[in-house]
Amino acid sequence: MFWKSTYNEFIKIAAKPRSYIGLGAITLLVAVILFAMRMDGQSYLSFITGSFEQTLSFQGSVLNGNLMAFIVLQLLIIHIPLLVALVTGDLVSGEAASGSIRMLCTKPISRTQLLMSKFAAGSAYTLIITVWFGVMALGFGKLLFGTGDLMVLNSQGLFILQSSDVIWRFFSGLSVAYLALVTIATLSITLSCFTDNSIGPIVATMAIIVLFTIIGTLDVSVFDPIRPFLFTTHMAAWRSFFEDPLPVPAIIRSVVVLVAHIMILLSIALYKFNRKDILS
Amino acid sequence: MPEKIIEVKNLSKHFGKIKAVEDVSFDVYKGDVFGFLGPNGAGKSTTIRVMLSLITPTSGEISLFGKSLNANRSFILSKIGCIVEKPDFYHYLSAQKNLEIFARISGSHVSRIRIHEMIEFVGLKGREKDKVGSFSHGMKQRLGIAQALLHDPELIILDEPTTGLDPKGIIDIRNLILQLKNERNKTIVLSSHILSEIELIANRMVILNKGKSVAQGSVTELLNEQELVVSFQVDQPEKALQLIFQKFPGITCILSGIDILQITATHELIPDINRLFLANDVNVFRIDPKRQLEEYFLKLIGN
Repeated sequence: MFWKSTYNEFIKIAAKPRSYIGLGAITLLVAVILFAMRMDGQSYLSFITGSFEQTLSFQGSVLNGNLMAFIVLQLLIIHIPLLVALVTGDLVSGEAASGSIRMLCTKPISRTQLLMSKFAAGSAYTLIITVWFGVMALGFGKLLFGTGDLMVLNSQGLFILQSSDVIWRFFSGLSVAYLALVTIATLSITLSCFTDNSIGPIVATMAIIVLFTIIGTLDVSVFDPIRPFLFTTHMAAWRSFFEDPLPVPAIIRSVVVLVAHIMILLSIALYKFNRKDILS
Repeated sequence: MPEKIIEVKNLSKHFGKIKAVEDVSFDVYKGDVFGFLGPNGAGKSTTIRVMLSLITPTSGEISLFGKSLNANRSFILSKIGCIVEKPDFYHYLSAQKNLEIFARISGSHVSRIRIHEMIEFVGLKGREKDKVGSFSHGMKQRLGIAQALLHDPELIILDEPTTGLDPKGIIDIRNLILQLKNERNKTIVLSSHILSEIELIANRMVILNKGKSVAQGSVTELLNEQELVVSFQVDQPEKALQLIFQKFPGITCILSGIDILQITATHELIPDINRLFLANDVNVFRIDPKRQLEEYFLKLIGN
């Protein structure tokens, strides 16, 4: 019954026009960034590497597909949660608002299975969004700019990662980014169980992300104890895969925090959904 | 005694301080068309939602097919087809896709042939590929019935199935229900605030008012307990009036209009009165019973 219900949920997601907003937005945004880089990438690069140009000389194609993918990921990964929440925030509350939840809940499928199938379909949709994002950033980046070593600038300095050493980092980074996006999807599904309004959970999810991001970046010691436990702190964990040496304990910590969030949020959602009176 | 399909004991549901349903008990037997009658807000939909596990009861016990609803939810729901209030489908999907979605989680194998049979049964053949968003209320209601019947359930629960329908739609749905009862021998629970609907279709009923059960039993028995108000259209109203007072001095009879006598009498007396008129050369053009259930219902709910 679970798999049949998951298949149903996926059919519903696939049939809704809003599900294609995410894919369309990613395509458009990546295209805009790649076009801009194609037109004026060299001056952008000079702006970033300006402080090193007197001490270092860069040879070869620095402005390559790998760098493009890295820039695209960095610029857009914070916007993708909205595209995910747009679909997953509607999975329960949208059906409550339209009344179809009544018909679903009178079928011989447990509410736990029903909610888990929505979670599974939402996670599958998030995977499609992540893969499409990766394909657009990396695939089109390489197609337009060719391949080459990846230059990464972070707080510790400038790293040059060899071309042959980059692909696995992108895959690993996107995997952790996917986990972060599933956390967002779970948050919006959980919020979706608390209301019969389809827009509320989407707005609330974004509000929580903004609030936690502010708490995470605000340099105030009062938030120090909670900062490591906020999921937003770990949403940029994908970047750790572009450090050398790899900060394995930090990556593991991020994965644990994100998985813990997913488990806790799912438990809350299941508790609420199983006890919810369907009054719509 | 036929098999008991639904057994509700002392059911109560409170929403905060509001007592939506209070200590309601009733039984539904196999083959019944069981009417749930009550004014808006009487607790009909709440009771039905509790029976379908959409709402958790505050107290009371519900058994269906001899099993407790709490412990056997999936088994019980696999034997029920229902429409609660109005059928809300996925507007962006076609009628057929909607039925496929509900068939998949109906607990039985429902073939495509069966889906098409049901579409034909409810008169939607030719519209199955159209999006439900383009359907009228009546068509959605028919699709709701198709959805409820997909897995050939033993028990069909229809909550206000004719709400918002035009007269033809009401007659169509009523005929569909009678067809289900007569040709497919289904047990049907039907909730309505339309008295004639229950009177015409149901054989047993419970009347709810302000969350409480105020009467229940066989529709015929409940109505036969009551005196009827019957209008006789006759050619000699004065003579007819005299005959009634002479022969049946205890009953109430008033002249209403030029040639109409309104007589309040028991069910058994109606043919006797008619015979009396004919035997005394009073021609009877029409005998019109006032809606029995309407009178009974208004008396019960104290209006």
